Amino acid sequence: MHTPRSRRAVAVGALLVGLLAVLVPMGSASADASSTGRKLGCSYEKHAEDEIHIKGCLRDERENPPAPVPGVSVTVTDSAGEVIGEDETDETGVFDIAVPGDPVSALGKEFTVQIDEETLPEGAALRDPDQVELTIMFSTTSDQSVIFPIGDPLAGSSGKGLQAVQLFVGGLVFSSLLAMAALGLSMIFGTTGLTNFAHGELITFGALTAFAVDRLPGDISLGGANVTVIVAVVAAFAVSAAFGWLNDAALWRPLRRRGTGIIAMMIVSIGLSLFLRNLYQYLAGAQSQNYSQYAAVQPWEVGPLLITPKEVVVFVLAMSVLVAATSVLRFTRIGKATRAVADNPALSSATGINVERVINFVWIGGAALAGLAGALLGLTQGFDYQIGFKLLLLVFAAVVLGGLGTIWGAIVGAFVIGIFTELTTVFVPAEFKFVGALLVMIVVLLIRPQGMLGRSQRVG
Amino acid sequence: MDISSLIGFSLQQAFGPTAILLCLAAIGLNVHFGYTGLLNFGQAGFMMVAGYSIGGAVTIFSSSLWIGLVVGLLLCVVLALLLGVPTLRLRADYLAIVTIAAAEMIRQTIGAAAFSDTFGGQDGITDFIAGFRATNPFDDRKGIPGVVSWSAYDFWVMCVGWALVALCCLVVWLLMRSPWGRVLKSIREDEDAVRSLGKNVYSYKMQALIIGGVIGGLAGVVTALRSAAVGPSFFATDITFFAYTCLLIGGAARVLGPVVGAIIFWFLINFFGAFFSQATGGPDPLIPTWIMDSNQASLTRFIIVGLGLMLLMIFRPQGIFGDRRELALDAR
Repeated sequence: MHTPRSRRAVAVGALLVGLLAVLVPMGSASADASSTGRKLGCSYEKHAEDEIHIKGCLRDERENPPAPVPGVSVTVTDSAGEVIGEDETDETGVFDIAVPGDPVSALGKEFTVQIDEETLPEGAALRDPDQVELTIMFSTTSDQSVIFPIGDPLAGSSGKGLQAVQLFVGGLVFSSLLAMAALGLSMIFGTTGLTNFAHGELITFGALTAFAVDRLPGDISLGGANVTVIVAVVAAFAVSAAFGWLNDAALWRPLRRRGTGIIAMMIVSIGLSLFLRNLYQYLAGAQSQNYSQYAAVQPWEVGPLLITPKEVVVFVLAMSVLVAATSVLRFTRIGKATRAVADNPALSSATGINVERVINFVWIGGAALAGLAGALLGLTQGFDYQIGFKLLLLVFAAVVLGGLGTIWGAIVGAFVIGIFTELTTVFVPAEFKFVGALLVMIVVLLIRPQGMLGRSQRVG
Repeated sequence: MDISSLIGFSLQQAFGPTAILLCLAAIGLNVHFGYTGLLNFGQAGFMMVAGYSIGGAVTIFSSSLWIGLVVGLLLCVVLALLLGVPTLRLRADYLAIVTIAAAEMIRQTIGAAAFSDTFGGQDGITDFIAGFRATNPFDDRKGIPGVVSWSAYDFWVMCVGWALVALCCLVVWLLMRSPWGRVLKSIREDEDAVRSLGKNVYSYKMQALIIGGVIGGLAGVVTALRSAAVGPSFFATDITFFAYTCLLIGGAARVLGPVVGAIIFWFLINFFGAFFSQATGGPDPLIPTWIMDSNQASLTRFIIVGLGLMLLMIFRPQGIFGDRRELALDAR
């Protein structure tokens, strides 16, 4: 006879095994890809230490192995439009342009790398014809490399329609991560009434925990496959859960006992956010980081679309976790108790529900979801110490759009916001995508303050 | 370690232009949060609007700083209306979320590369301050000899800035002892009770949001004067949080609370900054480098600020001068 608890343990175990089964072959696949990269001999010459270079190597990806593309002129201009260097790719397809001045002075400056399409050999073209120039920014004092994929132009890739579909796919992946973070925030709000401005730091915590595990000396392998990053992500989930418990037990529960008002608690959460964010930077530095595996994986071509296996795995994993989390909320005893507390804490307390235990459960679950979202986000796009803080406003937008405190609202809102932010880049520059999402949130507050799925009760 | 130079430097900063702008921002927040109970987390947005108006008036429209000042403050009124209309009828946390979001929207839009021809992108606007510089009556360093001194320009900014602070404090004092101010305070205490007395709570909140926002705009003006430049990095979300810390150190709902709070806050920030930088610098640092290097030294003070803000709100929400009963706020 299975108790509900042991059944849940079995389900979690099955999920982890499934995750391993999917990710392990992927790890070896990406190892192959990187070794082919080395075989091509994309080697750059060494240069003096106090110089900083922009470099890259052009490869015709229609050939197998990809063939170098020589004789293409590449120009680098700075943000004022001044040309600072020109080069022509040599017979190995490599170009290498030095940035004048010492490396520190280049920090934070933007440079535009442009390739001259006229000099491409007959029949070769950029895969993305719109991408004749790339803008890069130096965030570290090390060399920057740029990639211009050359091959058959993607069929109809100039069309807005296909671009939108491609962005939609990216938006789905991002949304599933946003939904995990939003669900945690919404549950915490629902049960305690606290709008947690330090929720972004829970997201960063996950990314950094995974990074710390990843950086432990030596690789973790299982059956011959290197599973360091997989273990790191699982560890991020578990340690974040513990961090959520610590948050509640050390800070929020004592505050509730003292009868601290909600507004005072919001300001405390601002202080916590400031504290943790600077502590993260203290411990991890300000530079953008990537995990040791899966940083660059070969995309699959599904019809005209480019999808990386990494994205698929992250999406499937995130969706399974979301389904698991919502199932727990729907069907288990503690889940039902959680919804009861979110509905009316006093009444559920009177019916014998242990409200403090429910709140503790919500903090553990919410932080674990946020931490997992952070680790997976770090996996898909890299991370730095303020990844969560930057995401926080989008999480708010998602939660407000769906209805503060609702479970389904947070998830639906996250998908609307996540896909919307990606799709708007078809029409407006990418730098405005957050602005659009926040604008949506404000408009929703004007016309439907309770959010899409909130009940139309008085929220004022 | 040179304690007297540490204190001298911190004192110079504590009364300098940056303390003034934090002080003005905190006075604005005092009207919002201290007196009315509105949780505005987007004071940086008001500052940015006014700061860029000052800069933009000269560089974009080749007009004068005065026009920029007037336009900037008018834009702050417009911003307050835009923020208030959707949120002031809702619970307090909606205003908090919308203001923090709006401030970030403004920052990302103005700092965007697409508008860099107009607003200078991430570099911001410079070269607009000549008119103000020309009015500077001082021509050498001022201060108390041997203790603190400021450059002639900084001293002129300080004169203007502290005059603005005094003016704002006077306005806040007069407003809050008027019947209008008493309505604000009673809205903070119990909104429903005020509504039942026939007052239009929404309208009062809106007026408070506008007045506090305009004072926040003045903080943006001082920012522009201080640096002789405006850029997106000056108006990050953290500046709002620092202003809250100032307000809570001094005591919310007290006219002079933000003033004292800002001086103490900025003194401590600079003291810790200089202390840790000295303690980690040099060939034989006081704190070994495996604990803290010089990059980490500059972060330590912000870790302390975060911790301080939490502890302050938990253990002494009334700050130095406040009255604890006045700040027994709840989510209204």
